[in-house]
Amino acid sequence: MVKVLHPGFYSSIQDMGRFGYRNLGVPMSGAMDSISAGFANALLNNHKNDAVMEITMIGPKLIFMASTNLVITGAEMSAELNNNPILNYKPYPVKNGDILTFGKLKNGIRSYLAVSGGFQSEIILNSRSFYTGITSQGLLKKNDLISFKHQEINQTNNQQPKGTINTKIPFYDTNIIEVFNGPEFELFSSEEQKKVLSVIYTVSNDNNRMGYRMEEEAVKHTKSIITSPVLPGTVQLLPSGKLVILMKDAQTTGGYPRVFQLNEKSIAILAQKRVGEVIKLKLITAI
Amino acid sequence: MGNYQLTYKPFGESAILIEWPQIISKKILNDIRIFVAKIESENSENILELNFIYCSLLIIYNSKNNCFNEIKNTLISLYDNKLIVPAKSEKILWHIPVCYDEKFGIDLSYLSSEKKLSVEKIISLHCSVDYTVYGIGFLPGFLYLGGLSDKLYFPRRNSPRLNVPKGAVAIGGNQTGIYPQNSPGGWHIIGNTPISLFDVKKETPCVITPGDEIRFKAITKEEYEVIKIAQKQGSYELKRVIHG
Repeated sequence: MVKVLHPGFYSSIQDMGRFGYRNLGVPMSGAMDSISAGFANALLNNHKNDAVMEITMIGPKLIFMASTNLVITGAEMSAELNNNPILNYKPYPVKNGDILTFGKLKNGIRSYLAVSGGFQSEIILNSRSFYTGITSQGLLKKNDLISFKHQEINQTNNQQPKGTINTKIPFYDTNIIEVFNGPEFELFSSEEQKKVLSVIYTVSNDNNRMGYRMEEEAVKHTKSIITSPVLPGTVQLLPSGKLVILMKDAQTTGGYPRVFQLNEKSIAILAQKRVGEVIKLKLITAI
Repeated sequence: MGNYQLTYKPFGESAILIEWPQIISKKILNDIRIFVAKIESENSENILELNFIYCSLLIIYNSKNNCFNEIKNTLISLYDNKLIVPAKSEKILWHIPVCYDEKFGIDLSYLSSEKKLSVEKIISLHCSVDYTVYGIGFLPGFLYLGGLSDKLYFPRRNSPRLNVPKGAVAIGGNQTGIYPQNSPGGWHIIGNTPISLFDVKKETPCVITPGDEIRFKAITKEEYEVIKIAQKQGSYELKRVIHG
């Protein structure tokens, strides 16, 4: 069990997402940066879909009430275990009473904390991912208790995880976002297509787990479509000319032209960008 | 050949968007339902998830084992195959109880004066149609309904309300709908249903599925309370009629 002494700015439990309920309007959810979340699980020999804690901008303060191993990946937030600095991408054993805190945010905005066997928050519709309206809570709050599978740290029988130690994986140190053509890309003239691809976009303060809105007005238009499915990573072009890039908690349908579609890696890269950072779209072919 | 000329578009790394002629039509929706039933009857491990709304069907496939063209070709031959008759093709009409009392229908009198229709007339128009569920989106369990009488078309509010209560039945533009949970909303509220459209505790969280039809049935405040209690105790069953 781990107890939340302070929840941080926006912390939630996420696995790889909720599948099978799209037709009922249930968003996919899951880790925004699934690559970093995947690394965290891999470093502890966890299952790929084990639930991790997604930590945004300001980290929580947590007290462990049983022993396990932990690892932090993704954004670098100056984590400390009992006031001793610890490194990202390196597993550490923890025991009852150990306190994990986070400090200054150095790069990225989303960290992932994994424990051996994953966090055991409630499973609702096949997933542990928090989503308001589906799970009983959308965010971690003070005094929450989250259980995990208790694991003895046995010195003689070395159960230390065999993951890569001390590896910084700055895959998101890029501002290139790879995109495929979206279903309505061809609705726009070749000049409009060129324009929308050439703009350097700035992440606006309207960015969250549902979507990232960009500042720039690329191509104004009056095109609309009959409401149709959308996915995490779908890029909608609003009539105002602004882009909205849908993220993991996005609704399942939409009525704006879908000009591009991000791949999973690009969603992960974007998920580590904050207000004011710039991105550039790069068209790649789908097949 | 199938009934319609379909377009198959890649949608990212592992999804296909299939488009019917872009028209809102019951015939097209029915064609999509039959195609979906065929796909589901194949029980293919390569098809991970699908959802459809109006005239589009999205299919998420296992891209580790298949490329876009493989899946596309399989789907094309499945669509064209007239020999496969999906077992589940009946249509369900659901009766949704709605209390139009002014306690719930807070915009009814405003709508009545603006539309120059009596409150009774608005209610009877709203209850006189079998609405088609063209899809679910916006919120878990939010039904996109087609069939609202054009006499009830009314533009959305200029500024949305921050909190529309769960169960609110409302009109916005040429659409009507039910808010499945408390949420912001810009439609005019004319009533409330005591039933939960979406319940995560149930194995089937939403019994109504795209392609079904619904009919609103006016109930009194007293009936509303009774149904609400029965629903809480799990003893209320939504009335349904199977046809077609």
